Amino acid sequence: MSITVAPTGHSRILSVGTYRPKREVPNSEIVDRIESTDEWIQQRTGIESRRFASDDETVISMAKAACEMALKRAKLTITDIDTVILATISYPFQAPSAATELINELGNPKAAAFDISAACAGFCYGVAMASDLVRSGTSKNVLVIGVEKLSDYTDSDDRATAFIFADGAGAVIIGNSDQPRIGQTIWGSDADSRDAITLTPSFLEYKKNPAKGVGELGWPNISQQGQVVFRWAVYSMSKVGLKALEAAGVSVDELGAFIPHQANIRIIETMAKEMKIPDSVLIADDIRTNGNTSAASIPLAMDRILEEHPELHGKLALLIGYGAGLVYAGQVVELPPKP
Amino acid sequence: MALAQADVLAGLKEIVEEVAGIPAASVEMDKNFTDDLDVDSLSMVEVVVAAEERFGVKIPDESVTDLVTVADAVNFIVNASK
Repeated sequence: MSITVAPTGHSRILSVGTYRPKREVPNSEIVDRIESTDEWIQQRTGIESRRFASDDETVISMAKAACEMALKRAKLTITDIDTVILATISYPFQAPSAATELINELGNPKAAAFDISAACAGFCYGVAMASDLVRSGTSKNVLVIGVEKLSDYTDSDDRATAFIFADGAGAVIIGNSDQPRIGQTIWGSDADSRDAITLTPSFLEYKKNPAKGVGELGWPNISQQGQVVFRWAVYSMSKVGLKALEAAGVSVDELGAFIPHQANIRIIETMAKEMKIPDSVLIADDIRTNGNTSAASIPLAMDRILEEHPELHGKLALLIGYGAGLVYAGQVVELPPKP
Repeated sequence: MALAQADVLAGLKEIVEEVAGIPAASVEMDKNFTDDLDVDSLSMVEVVVAAEERFGVKIPDESVTDLVTVADAVNFIVNASK
């Protein structure tokens, strides 16, 4: 007796789509409440402006718009998609998942759909799973979405975070390929540093202390230990990047682009220096006008760099996602073909 | 064997100059990294990691905020090398 399985194959990114909220928020709108300056913020983060979603730009509406763009560019319809993986930390319901609301909205309520909680690494976790699902034959076409509405979970008075986090959505479609076009994922955790980035208090605190409420307990906002995160991101993640290159059999000078999570331009630049990324490799810096959009930042940055440098379509890029957990994932991918 | 204070200071001057572009001559024991030398919190992490490599010591995350002056850093590194 034996088990029959689908023949294994290869995977690729077929397309990318994005949604950037309409409202652009320059540093000048942020600085008064935190007694800071535009210059200070730019010097420490590279951020000039970011986008905050309005009430009618929800996690689902932004994800839907990004998916529709990715579908159009891949010349596919939603019924061609059999699996949807959505990475977010800012969907405001524990259950059912954001992915199931999204497939309903997109018009294919029968697709396999689930969320992943891997914070800023969520998109690369999704790419890892989608690629392996396609290669194993379990799935044919997978939508991977990174979407965040972090303005709902950011304290506008917190001098350490108010200027960093932002909103947006990005999606890729991963499907079959004639040859390997997504490299092995290098991933893992450093969960002994779980406290470095947190979102507290727990919602249960409001139930336990009904008399106190949000006013006294505070709203679950993101807080982070900047120096701890910087050190980990730069010095541990550069090693992850090099391992991902090695696993893919790609040397750093064969890359067309380096597209890490857009956490802070100083992290990105110092990481690139540690990895000895040559000047010939374009480095994504979408953070300058889009802030840190956690799970959405890599597909947003991918779309931006392809728009600005169309010659990168079909070229190799190194992706590294890293964030709260602390968790990380990196892989070399071939950027999607020109639509 | 413990490192000599003068050697650590000399090494730290070079590191601060390389990481933050602050002339080595101005990196003196009584200087405050933030207020006098304009080394911000993220550059301080780069200084710390470079110092760990150069002097073969460990400077844990929780100790970085205690290194306010150049003397704090020099003394920490000397003690950690014992």
